[in-house]
Amino acid sequence: MTASLAPTAAAPILARMHRRRLIALSVPAVILAYLVYIFFSFDIPGLAQRARMDNAVILMSDFVSHKVHVSRDNRSGAVVTAIEGEAKGTYPAGVHPDWVTVQGDSTTINLGDGHVVTYDPAGARYDIPGYGLVDIRPEGGRLALTAPEPLPDWINASGNRVTVTTDAGRFTYTRSRVETFRYFYGWELFFFDLNSPFHGRGFFELAGLALWGDRVDPERANIVGMAQDFWNNEMWRHRDVAWSIFETMLMAFLGTFGAAIVSLPLAFIAARNFNVLAPIRFGLRRVFDFVRGVDSLIWTIILARAFGPGPMTGALAILITDIGSFGKTFSEALENIDEKQVEGIRSTGANALQRARFGVIPQVMPVLLSQVLYYFESNTRSATVVGAIVGGGIGLMLTQAIQTQKDWEEVAYYMVLIILMVMAMDSLSGWLRRKLIKGE
Amino acid sequence: MVDIAFGPEPGKKPAHSTANAEAYLAAQRRKRMYGGVLLIFFVAAMASGFLVAQDRNAGDFMDGLQRLGDFPSEVLTEAWAKRGNLPGLMWAALPSLIETVNIALVSTLIGALAACILSLLMTRGLARFPRLIPYLRRLTDGMRAFPEIVIALVLIYILGGGPVPAMIAIAVHTAGALGKLFSEVAENADLKPVEGLSSVGATWGQQMWFGILPQVAPNWLSYALLRFEINVRASAILGFVGAGGIGYELKIAMQWGGGRYDQVVAIFLVLFLTIVVIDQLSDRGREKLVTGR
Repeated sequence: MTASLAPTAAAPILARMHRRRLIALSVPAVILAYLVYIFFSFDIPGLAQRARMDNAVILMSDFVSHKVHVSRDNRSGAVVTAIEGEAKGTYPAGVHPDWVTVQGDSTTINLGDGHVVTYDPAGARYDIPGYGLVDIRPEGGRLALTAPEPLPDWINASGNRVTVTTDAGRFTYTRSRVETFRYFYGWELFFFDLNSPFHGRGFFELAGLALWGDRVDPERANIVGMAQDFWNNEMWRHRDVAWSIFETMLMAFLGTFGAAIVSLPLAFIAARNFNVLAPIRFGLRRVFDFVRGVDSLIWTIILARAFGPGPMTGALAILITDIGSFGKTFSEALENIDEKQVEGIRSTGANALQRARFGVIPQVMPVLLSQVLYYFESNTRSATVVGAIVGGGIGLMLTQAIQTQKDWEEVAYYMVLIILMVMAMDSLSGWLRRKLIKGE
Repeated sequence: MVDIAFGPEPGKKPAHSTANAEAYLAAQRRKRMYGGVLLIFFVAAMASGFLVAQDRNAGDFMDGLQRLGDFPSEVLTEAWAKRGNLPGLMWAALPSLIETVNIALVSTLIGALAACILSLLMTRGLARFPRLIPYLRRLTDGMRAFPEIVIALVLIYILGGGPVPAMIAIAVHTAGALGKLFSEVAENADLKPVEGLSSVGATWGQQMWFGILPQVAPNWLSYALLRFEINVRASAILGFVGAGGIGYELKIAMQWGGGRYDQVVAIFLVLFLTIVVIDQLSDRGREKLVTGR
């Protein structure tokens, strides 16, 4: 039994199918054409030339490692060891790590794998296994380099400056200064800086000290001292970082919930079934549209001028932007309520406020709360960006660290913290939503 | 939140005894008390949070409130004095505006395409490799958690300024955010077309293309449109931190200070109009998609 459609009935269906197939094929073609346009308009072919892959290498290696500078001032002869070359990471005068030996005028730096650098009054020497000895001595205002010829491309030499870059480290000689970098894995001084008596001790030693060891510093108990030294670490500034994370969350909290509190009464005024005055309703809706349309960027700029940098400015910027979104969605939720419950409350003789509290709020609360909590989570992320513009919170610290272009390990640290913060907020808001709305 | 949670056991006839009524009232009182405690805690947190925020702010709240109008009025008076320049300046801002919109559009496009694939791969019942589901979910969580500014700033360091870092940053975030929403939609899709297709030997790609996509396309498109709205704003903001587009122009004009406020106002206006128009269009488009035209 074959069901045959009359040709007159089949034709329009087939035509429609044909048209649909054409649309289905044209959509990918349009997308492709647009992507090609973007490819040239964003100058992607030129990107390969502009991209600084050496920067990428610096960034990646700084994320996981740190370097220690051993430098000698060629005029005074003073040798200083400093972590990342920073003043806060400088070893006290005369103290060096065990791979640096200072004997009289001569300093020996063991870079590992047989790489040895020696500074002495005549100049400096770098012994590279598999290549030979690079010897530099200043002669008549210029640097004389003696090394096996031909010079490989990882030795960069001119009359004023010699740079040797190997896997073990980096060595630079100028007339005023000679400097050697040695690279290590990990983030140095993360827990304790060099001023702390707990620096350079292993985990088990620290645990032992904390639990039963004698006081290292007679003034304070070991465990208190450890906590204080960690908190006041000058290199990583854990105290400031914790404060700015807190500031960022505070901005999101105050902004989101402040906006919810302000926009709830406004939403009643803007809802058709609670306000019969159409012009006021219309005006308020346009205000919401305006506030949303102006965009958080512009609010942030205007507010930063008035209130100065800081978390309150960021909170206000989030608050104003969200009033627009909340006003719109809240008033829509209010217009969609079930009137029967309000009727029921009205029949008991309740006034307008009581009707709103017992007839309306219980109905819209789940919608409102879930909206607010969703915004709370997404505002934690926005607060990072807003903080970068107004100058507050972790966003500011992050942009500062990126702009200096050398503290990439701190950038990595802040990135990890921001992601943990956002994920924590995500699960907190999800948990609250389940708890408050579904009543689990 | 409606107080119907308390009631007799299912199946039994409700007995109108005073014991029940008292238990009901007690439960109500307890609930009120919890609500009250929560409210007090919330108000205290808001108040103390505000005080802390004000304390750590450079300017005071009350002082700032009085100065709130100063900057806009200064800008507007200057722009009004030079109002003849505005149309020309708005026209001049157009190329950078197009760049901002392009960043948003292309990153939404790339992000949404990535999200399509990710979401199908991480939806139970549809996934090609069910073992990968938990990993893909963590991956999208991670992509969502990265604020755009972090990726953009790092990429600006490597790739130099311009639209590409912003595009990548927004696309990554979009893929994460849409991936989750898309997969929630796909979870509710009817599996019968897939079964039918697999019974005639269709490959996984064909099953998804012909069995799932037609079902989820309206909702997916509506989410993607909403995301596009959000991304236009994000790309304007990223311009402000150095990723090109109209945000960058705005920053330059602002840094100039007095004398170029007419340009600032022109950029404000262009950006505002664009955002309003895009919001309206996407609102209408989404309504059409969801209600079925």
